[in-house]
Amino acid sequence: MNFWVQIFANPELYAATLAMATPIALAAVGGTFSERTGVVNIAMEGIMLVGAFFGVMVAAATHSAWLGMFGGVIAGGLMALALAWPAIRLQSDQVIVGMALNVFAGGLTAFLLNTVYGYNGTPTSTPSLPIVTLPWISHIPFIGQVIGQHDVVVYLMFLFVILAHFTLFHTNLGLRMRAVGEHPEAAETVGISVVKIRYLGVTIGGMLSGLAGVYLSLGMLSSFEVNMTNGRGFIALAAMIFGKWTPFGAFGAALLFGFATALSIALQGSGVSANLVGILPYALTIIALTGLIGRSRPPAADGLPYVATK
Amino acid sequence: MALLEIRGLCKSFAHVVANADVYLDVEAGTTHAILGENGAGKSTLIKMISGLYRPDSGEIALDGAVQHFASPRDAILAGIGVVHQHFMLIPAMTVAENIVLGTERQGDAATLRQSRLLFNRKRAAASVQELSESLGLPIDPWAKVETLSVGMQQRVEIVKALYRRARVLILDEPTAVLTPQETEELFAVIRKLNQDGIPVIFISHKLDEVRAVASTVTVMRAGKTVRTAPVADATAAQLANWMVGRDVILQSRKEEVAVGDSVLEVKNLRASDDRKTEKVRGVSFSVRRGEIFGVAGIDGNGQTELVEAIVGLRKVNGGSVHLLDRDIGHMSVGERIARGIAYVPQDRQQDGLILSFSIAENLQLREVSKAPFSRRGWLTRAAARKRAQQLVEEFDVRPPVIDASAGSLSGGNQQKVILAREMSRNPELLVAVQPTRGLDVGAIEGIHRYLLQLRAEGRAILLVSLELDEILSLADRIGVMHAGEMAAVMDNQNVTRESLGLAMTGKWSEKEAIS
Repeated sequence: MNFWVQIFANPELYAATLAMATPIALAAVGGTFSERTGVVNIAMEGIMLVGAFFGVMVAAATHSAWLGMFGGVIAGGLMALALAWPAIRLQSDQVIVGMALNVFAGGLTAFLLNTVYGYNGTPTSTPSLPIVTLPWISHIPFIGQVIGQHDVVVYLMFLFVILAHFTLFHTNLGLRMRAVGEHPEAAETVGISVVKIRYLGVTIGGMLSGLAGVYLSLGMLSSFEVNMTNGRGFIALAAMIFGKWTPFGAFGAALLFGFATALSIALQGSGVSANLVGILPYALTIIALTGLIGRSRPPAADGLPYVATK
Repeated sequence: MALLEIRGLCKSFAHVVANADVYLDVEAGTTHAILGENGAGKSTLIKMISGLYRPDSGEIALDGAVQHFASPRDAILAGIGVVHQHFMLIPAMTVAENIVLGTERQGDAATLRQSRLLFNRKRAAASVQELSESLGLPIDPWAKVETLSVGMQQRVEIVKALYRRARVLILDEPTAVLTPQETEELFAVIRKLNQDGIPVIFISHKLDEVRAVASTVTVMRAGKTVRTAPVADATAAQLANWMVGRDVILQSRKEEVAVGDSVLEVKNLRASDDRKTEKVRGVSFSVRRGEIFGVAGIDGNGQTELVEAIVGLRKVNGGSVHLLDRDIGHMSVGERIARGIAYVPQDRQQDGLILSFSIAENLQLREVSKAPFSRRGWLTRAAARKRAQQLVEEFDVRPPVIDASAGSLSGGNQQKVILAREMSRNPELLVAVQPTRGLDVGAIEGIHRYLLQLRAEGRAILLVSLELDEILSLADRIGVMHAGEMAAVMDNQNVTRESLGLAMTGKWSEKEAIS
């Protein structure tokens, strides 16, 4: 009993929850943007990986973690365009393109890591993103320990979650995005360009996923390792669905997965089987995906190519 | 001068000429009907006027000024409002969101009280409410579209067009989904719009409606405008003749047929849809030999589930289905076929045929495991082809080429292939759902004649249709589905369109039926 109290009363657990939730939330919100405009995005894993790699590469070359972050976000956006073009212009099957991109990203980053940096990996001199300490909040007991001191991307994540919600539900652009994802023909007949809106949605989504990758490579570490996303992109996919295609929902779901991960770390070496604890986040993913927690309705035109007639 | 002028519009797709030399003059404050069969080019014309297609040649002029629409947006800004046959509404969004969508960033944003960046729900709702009330078309701006009746959704579409300051309103097959009462309401709205000076282009293939609401009619046939005339000067027979290009028998003639024993007995049947919502709630009726039992109702009131439960495609939750005194409610589809059910599904292209297969292959699908189609698991092609050739000739499938793919046939001929396959087995009961949907007048006439012939032969037919005219001209008894129940069963001889309409909307009580 005492053992569990010790684990759950420790603010470190909750701070780690936030840290672990950050990449998942960013990618899940990114996926939300893409799918709200009607393009199924299962390529978050690959996009994160590319963002993570190019983040480190730019940071190592320029000796600036900020420029590295910028580079990773741009790389994520470009990678998303590689999904957007076949999905929107060629009306390809979006799931297949997404899967292909995931495989491609894994190969590309492993290849570049070896050819650019050799077997020693990315340079040890690569700068990492700064840790921010919130001036007043960090002194509050417990709460301060949980949210007071984090990598800058964690705070950016909060900002983007709120911004994403505001954009989707309180701006004209958001209304148009949702309309295009629900009923593209209806949007087209009132003069909205389905193609433009979809490109925008997928690209914004890719940039957010890219940022999620940057957080893994330049935030948590300051290096890139092969397949360092380790399935987080797919958990983000689950978080997006679990969150019912809303930014706040995705954030909440990401927190749950983050908590499961943090708990599995806290339980390491505690006598509970490490293998058992290790599957916790993935087990939760399966539960979420099998829809045990209420019906989650995707945008009506999600995954359906739009064929404009002229 | 006419408000909207169409001069010599042409449009072709690949090898098909959809519109050739189309002319139209629409005067302010009038209702101008465009009458034509499916495939006559009405939709192509509308898509050009609304900016979805670009004409190959010809001109569209509004108030004398020639327009070049590069997109629907241009057409909207010029004042063209279109209510499409399939509503362009987003079910998951509110009425106000649907109406305001797309206008938020146009030049006159200020007058529509929308900011250029932010979407303000309250302001959007207020402006929609204000407009709808001033038009005399009240709607709840906060209601989600998916909760509205079809008639209400149509009203949302009309308000949506007028919100964009439409100067011409185009209604594409607006009555296809309405009850008789809703149709009357729509006509009243159209007359009011005319009084306000807004011309309405009313597209239809229904002669009576054109005669009821329009002042001028233009008839289209094979992509051309063949005739324009004041409605008062044209008889229904004339209109039908212009539309089809030959004389048409408008009324199917029914012989007296002695009604026999009951073939299908449905008692307290219950069934759910794919989302596990109960859609058939205790339905009872019977179909007898020599009788067409028509099931009428607004789309989505349980007709689909009822039929699927009868033919075996859907699990029966309760009640019973008897075919010739045998309970078939829990039999598989195959067993039911063997006992004598024939089925013409609603969507002939998706469920009725395999379009990429040849006519011969489609004709043998049902009984492929039996002679003459196969022997000990091996296909006997020669015999199957011979049989197919017979059927193609008997049912007059054109072209009578059994190796042609089913997808290459016209809709009417596809339906003939299905009927040939189903009826060649000599079934006890034919279940036909929307058998003439999307067919041209000639093909409809043929199918109707065939159904009446089956009836004269003493077969039992269950006909489900959304077209009231079809039910009224064919059925002996009519069952009306509403909210999963058989709201009324009436004898065709003492039925009126009004009573049917009331039953379809659930406003029918048995007391009235008796009195």
